[in-house]
Amino acid sequence: MGGTSDHRGHPLEMSLSAKDKALVRGFWAKIAPKADEIGNEAFSRLLHVYPQTKTYFSHWSDLKPGSPPVRKHGLKVVGGLSFAVDKIDDLIGGMLTLSELHAFQLRVDPANFKLLQHCIMVVLSMLFPNDFTAEVHLAMDKFLSRLALALSDKYR
Amino acid sequence: MVVWTDFETATIKDIFSKLDSEVVGPQALARCLIVYPWTQRYFAKFGNLYNAAAIMGNPMVAAHGKTVVQGLELAVKNMDNIKATYADLSVLHSEKLRVDPDNFKLLADCITIVVAAQMGAGFTPEVQAAFQKFLAVVISALGKQYH
Repeated sequence: MGGTSDHRGHPLEMSLSAKDKALVRGFWAKIAPKADEIGNEAFSRLLHVYPQTKTYFSHWSDLKPGSPPVRKHGLKVVGGLSFAVDKIDDLIGGMLTLSELHAFQLRVDPANFKLLQHCIMVVLSMLFPNDFTAEVHLAMDKFLSRLALALSDKYR
Repeated sequence: MVVWTDFETATIKDIFSKLDSEVVGPQALARCLIVYPWTQRYFAKFGNLYNAAAIMGNPMVAAHGKTVVQGLELAVKNMDNIKATYADLSVLHSEKLRVDPDNFKLLADCITIVVAAQMGAGFTPEVQAAFQKFLAVVISALGKQYH
């Protein structure tokens, strides 16, 4: 997932403390009712703010923010995040199947995980300004970074 | 030469006209120091940065956060020539402060997140794209004088 020039893997292995996991679980439980909106907003932004990511979806009819195919895929993405929160104690093992999917079938350049990570963080801040405290921000950043590492684990 | 669309120009000016520099700057810098703790090495003289609460309440962090936003406001006033406007700031950051340019992106991400919290639903994907383009131009200008 990149070497020393990759600021999000800096250092590469960042363990999630018990406090981090508690913050992530607690925050995720609070925001779960808005999961659909989170998925749509984050994924819409990925495509719009980083247009190069559209390359993976060129077969879709409409890539505009909030369009039906974008919303549908946003649901899949946020579903994946919920799944990962559940597997927070063993992300590498828990994300194995999804890692294989992204590596061998979808062949998503792992650089894009960072872009989606940022979009998710922006949306969480936007929708939950009072709950997305600096400590939650730190815990979520660590969690999503570790999740990206787990997703790219099977790449090579 | 950076080309700004009318939407981008209007959006950037609108964001900064409504932005509270007393809030956004301090919060963004504090988050940067908390979420990316290695950035604290540039602020060794700022006193107590021991934990998140200390950082959020640190007056030197707050003061510097405001300075950063004032620097951005300078870029907003000179959107057609940010590179030249930032020439001295670039030398300052490279020669005197010796900030690793990767850190500009970290602070920019924190600024984006804090502005998103301030603007709520108004921070649409289109607004986010314009704002991030602006920050990217600023980062590029700040890095220009690095060798």
